Amino acid sequence: MRVPFRMPAWMPVMLWGLLAPVAALAVDGATDAATMSKGDVAWMLTSTVLVVAMTVPGLALFYGGLVRARNMLSVLMQVFVVFSLIVVLWSVYGYSLAFTGTGPFLGGFEKLFLSGVTIDTVAETFSAGVVLPEYVFVGFQATFAGITCALIVGSFAERMKFPAVLAFAVLWFTFGYLPVAHMVWYGEGLLFKDGALDFAGGTVVHINAGVAGLVGAWMVGKRLGHGREAMPPHSLPLTMVGASLLWVGWFGFNGGSALEAGPTAALAVLNTLFATAAAALSWITGEAFTKGKASMLGAASGAVAGLVAVTPAAGSVGPMGAIVIGLVAGIACLWGVSGLKRMLGADDALDVFGVHGLGGIVGALLTGVFTAPGLGGTGGADFAIASQLFIQAKGVLITIAWSGGVSLIAYKLVDLIIGLRVSEDEERIGLDIVAHGESAYAK
Amino acid sequence: MKLVTAIIKPFKLDEVREALSALGVQGITVTEVKGFGRQKGHTELYRGAEYVVDFLPKAKIEAAVADELVERVIETIEAAARTGKIGDGKIFVHAIEQAVRIRTGETGLDAL
Repeated sequence: MRVPFRMPAWMPVMLWGLLAPVAALAVDGATDAATMSKGDVAWMLTSTVLVVAMTVPGLALFYGGLVRARNMLSVLMQVFVVFSLIVVLWSVYGYSLAFTGTGPFLGGFEKLFLSGVTIDTVAETFSAGVVLPEYVFVGFQATFAGITCALIVGSFAERMKFPAVLAFAVLWFTFGYLPVAHMVWYGEGLLFKDGALDFAGGTVVHINAGVAGLVGAWMVGKRLGHGREAMPPHSLPLTMVGASLLWVGWFGFNGGSALEAGPTAALAVLNTLFATAAAALSWITGEAFTKGKASMLGAASGAVAGLVAVTPAAGSVGPMGAIVIGLVAGIACLWGVSGLKRMLGADDALDVFGVHGLGGIVGALLTGVFTAPGLGGTGGADFAIASQLFIQAKGVLITIAWSGGVSLIAYKLVDLIIGLRVSEDEERIGLDIVAHGESAYAK
Repeated sequence: MKLVTAIIKPFKLDEVREALSALGVQGITVTEVKGFGRQKGHTELYRGAEYVVDFLPKAKIEAAVADELVERVIETIEAAARTGKIGDGKIFVHAIEQAVRIRTGETGLDAL
């Protein structure tokens, strides 16, 4: 039986008493008018969870289904553990180095072990005076660092030693990911100040990881039998499940990058819907024309290519621009995993560069075009495509150079100390048994 | 005693099994195998990698039969498994030196 609720007299007084301190929160020395919206916080927490789902199990399954059965667990393991490791390191020093300080390339250690970050401290959003609990920002960004490092494992899948994977991940996270995140997303960062547009991480996440993957594939060498033996995916149904989870989770990846639950988040979500669909369609159309058949792997890969390409654009291009970005990315990345891949000569096993690297480059550049107000974007009246394109290209090149350089050194170092690759016999047996003592599927 | 081995198209398995049963053949062993003769395979495409798959899935049936039954078993399998198209398969006959029923220890024709 429903009882009508009559508010006791003390309740409004108590509510006012509770809310007043929130309204009075200081924001890094800003005014007392900082507001925190439950809607923003709820959306950001949801987005954080969505990005976790993108990695585990989304990315894990997407990659896992593409390798041979004897290596399935090793891929799941590498994604799962790299993510876990990086997320913890983020809390220790990652957040501090990425999002503090005054330097253009890297922050400081003032928030080591999240010192100074409490339940009361806040982080700014893109709107003046609007804040989030700092914990929310720490968590959201942690998942980004985690998934970026996890992305890389696809390139050297099926032949790298497990400790080597982890050691590389730590080195690259520290010297590759953190500086680029700082440069692009932090107010004092070099590329942020330049005006580079990278809404959710086309450079920070995708080009960064893509290049690191490509360098890794080169350095660890081709898989035994590559080019001669058949190595078809062992479970495309799982790959499709993974790709679908990536799509669903990406709404949080892009939508949450708005830092508020408002029109920008809505735009980002919409763009994530349209660009992905368009890219899946253009990839399979390209396949149908060049190979005669549209494939499930093509649709899944096309979707991911679209997701990657719209990542830098999601908050500033219009829906039609997103569709064009998707259509272009689908075709570009189809070339990326075939023609370009042959040209590059590396055995990038799961096409991390072909999809994430190239998709990120395409997306970053097209963001500079379709943010233009004349093309439906949210750019201001003074937006100039040519100059923005130049800034975007600069960001792309700096990211490629930085990630490439750091990766080269990191892989070399790990190779010297641990050794990158398993032995030939071990590779034949399969990493699941050799590295983890398990078999994915009982015979 | 002879071991009649037939490699047939997988979807013909039920037909062959029923025909053999009607003939009085008590038991058979079936294995999933792959192979090729004159039948062409197909191409699979995964992103940029194209694989030509020569091997086709087949079913292998083995039946131990008494010598007198061999001719009729061969005819029966042929008739049930034939589609008339390339890839119908082959039948081989081996001599069996000895046969034993594990449960009872019977040997020779009593084991079949």
